[in-house]
Amino acid sequence: MSTEQISGFEKKGASAATYVDERVHSNSWLSRNLNKVFPDHWSFMLGEIALYSFVVVLLSGVYLTLFYKPSVVEVIYDGPYIPLKGVTISEAYDSALAISFEVRGGLLMRQIHHWSALFFVVAIAVHMFRVFFTGAFRKPRELNWVVGMTLALMALAAGFTGYSLPDDLLSGTGLRIIEGIILAIPVIGTWLSFFVFGGEFPGVDIISRLYGIHILLVPGIIVALITVHLMMVWTQKHTQFPGPGRTDKNVVGYPLMPVYMAKAGGFFFLIFGLITIIAGIVQINPIWIFGPYTPDQVSAGTQPDWYIGWLDGALRLMPSVEWIIFGYTISLNVFIPTVVLPGLLVTAAIIYPWLEAWATGDKKEHHVLDRPRNAPTRTALGVMAITFYVVLWIGGGNDIIAVGFDLSINFMIWFLRFALIILPALAFIITKRICLSLQRRDREKLLHGRETGRILRLPTGEFIEVHEPVNSEEKALLESKPDTKPLPEPPETDSAGVRNPKYKSGRRAAGLSRFLYRDTIEKPTEAEMHHGEQAVEAEDEFEAPLLEREEAMHIAHDGSVLAKPAVDAPESATDTEDGGSDQS
Amino acid sequence: MKSLAKHRRHPAAVLVVIMLGLLLTGGLYAAANTATEARSVEADALLIEEGKRLFLEGCSSCHGLAGQGSDNGPSLIGVGAAAVDFQVGTGRMPLANFGAQAPSKAVEYSDEDIKAMAAFVASLAPGPSIPSAADLDYSGVDTARGGELFRANCSQCHQAAGRGGALSNGQYAPNLMKTSPEHIWEAMLTGPQQMPVFADTTLPPQDKKEIISYIESLRASDDPGGWALGRFGPVTEGLFVWIGGMLLAVILAIWIGAKVR
Repeated sequence: MSTEQISGFEKKGASAATYVDERVHSNSWLSRNLNKVFPDHWSFMLGEIALYSFVVVLLSGVYLTLFYKPSVVEVIYDGPYIPLKGVTISEAYDSALAISFEVRGGLLMRQIHHWSALFFVVAIAVHMFRVFFTGAFRKPRELNWVVGMTLALMALAAGFTGYSLPDDLLSGTGLRIIEGIILAIPVIGTWLSFFVFGGEFPGVDIISRLYGIHILLVPGIIVALITVHLMMVWTQKHTQFPGPGRTDKNVVGYPLMPVYMAKAGGFFFLIFGLITIIAGIVQINPIWIFGPYTPDQVSAGTQPDWYIGWLDGALRLMPSVEWIIFGYTISLNVFIPTVVLPGLLVTAAIIYPWLEAWATGDKKEHHVLDRPRNAPTRTALGVMAITFYVVLWIGGGNDIIAVGFDLSINFMIWFLRFALIILPALAFIITKRICLSLQRRDREKLLHGRETGRILRLPTGEFIEVHEPVNSEEKALLESKPDTKPLPEPPETDSAGVRNPKYKSGRRAAGLSRFLYRDTIEKPTEAEMHHGEQAVEAEDEFEAPLLEREEAMHIAHDGSVLAKPAVDAPESATDTEDGGSDQS
Repeated sequence: MKSLAKHRRHPAAVLVVIMLGLLLTGGLYAAANTATEARSVEADALLIEEGKRLFLEGCSSCHGLAGQGSDNGPSLIGVGAAAVDFQVGTGRMPLANFGAQAPSKAVEYSDEDIKAMAAFVASLAPGPSIPSAADLDYSGVDTARGGELFRANCSQCHQAAGRGGALSNGQYAPNLMKTSPEHIWEAMLTGPQQMPVFADTTLPPQDKKEIISYIESLRASDDPGGWALGRFGPVTEGLFVWIGGMLLAVILAIWIGAKVR
């Protein structure tokens, strides 16, 4: 653009930028960061969905704090909802009802807050799936995986503390279960319960304590961790899927400004809009129907929000096991499913990046992602974990499912107990097989190219199918498959006969490594590739005269369908008629 | 009239008038009384007779020829007309097949037939009767108190919104949203299947009216927040946020992440 074409607006912008730059030296920083390149893929926006729904949670939550009263002082309800008029309720519940029925836009805000909170956790889960299945947690991103896991746990904490605030029958029952879980912790349980609730359940302290945690502590931690999370993405640069020219040393994509600024800005409003539409037309948590909480009441079908549902399911599926030691009851039937199980699973998820690094013996940086099929055991482990989770989740809603589908709840519990062990194993085997089959297809494609569906009959009578070589983009993708080999068994002694001190741990690593990397479909060798190319060329040679003839006869050829030009139509119609009369 | 009026101050006139009055009212009363009594006794007997016929045809194979019960069905002696009206009037009886619990289904008998069978079963021994219109008139009662009673006595099985809940071994507390006030009243009085009996001594008629009023308010109330997802609570909400929410968000992500070609 020449200088004469600069508009007045641009001139003003330039002088403003110069003014700021002369004082804070911002231009070099800005140009460095605004030109930062990001790779392009829809699945890289899943984390953004989580971020944006969190922004929506914050905005709607601030509005709710203007009207909510975290107090259990008893008041007589005197609002517009007739079926509760005159009932003694807590001030917390009263203010939640007022938000729903009296505050302008209050019900919409409550529903936006609740839906976006559910959305936040869903988006985190799906984002984690993407990171796990593509191996984005590998060096140098292990620490960010831990930050992400912590964020997920904080999201659960935020969700649960919020679920308990309206002080309706549903949320109070949820708190009662939490109290039961705390009590089941051996030795310190009772003391801890009194500490948390400020005395006997439910007490008068818990609502105001949860409120402080919900609006101050947990969101503060989440905001801090999101900052760390994004800063690490920024400095470590984003991962990319394999493709032409993409290596562990570069990032192929578009600059932040203007492409991603526009995309991300637009996407925020799309997500905000989607959540608002859902909140506008779908009711969530009708607290007025549940009624106020009193410890002597509980409604059938009481459930936690979906992300806690799997723990409720674990609690329901756990057989009744209880130890009585020196007169003290150890409630393993509560302690194992709600404290031990999530503890083990979260620990396993957090240390997974190091486990895999240990098993590969790989100290390299990885910026190009794995395709899930190319890490079959990891993918199978992930699907296995999801299956395990889903079975527990179904268990958490077993009474609703039993009523909805006319099933016996006892049958469901026994079915799910077996399913919890059998289905994840099945999922592991099936996923691994699917991955290996996909690898096999990739290998075929690399060797012979794409099957075109065009069948040729050779003069010798043999039928062959014509293949087309894959394009360069697909070829780069197919060739990206890493050939990770299992670690070799460590030597028991060195050449001088001295015992290897790392023999035991080396064997364990080798065992894990075999489990992860033994099953794979080898990429074709140079010689095989050459052979494959020759085969494709030979097919082309066979087909060449046919193609020439088609061209000479003006027959359009779009790769799969042979279409005759219209001028031939009457002739062919006559042919058919003749043929028909011959047969009759 | 003049000749009659002439005697109106006769000493016997008062006596005659009183005599006539007594005769007339007494005679009329007696006449009317015998007439209704005869009609009612006759009608009741016919009704019970008809009920017995229907009972022998449709019920006695399980409940016994005299309603004494058998291995396949409980004794009906003393269950009252209310139990019959509830069980047959909601289609639970006659039972289609033996299962964990008799489900409510299409009603097999006409209202008259049900009344006849109820009369027959009531004639076996005294028991709770079908509620009158006055019993069921819940207008003006305290609905909010009904809500408290509902949450304290009913919601642990029927769920806070009255949508029903699971019990052990395939039994369940049914959804109340299609049950008429009459049948709710009868269920509370007779305690069908797994339900406990809420007799008038434990739950006075006024409380019953309040509970019915609350259930009716649940039924009638719109959902101010929009589509209620069956009022099942977090299970359906969780399902919706995955299917309706995340799926749409991913489609949006694919759309906005798509390369412009």
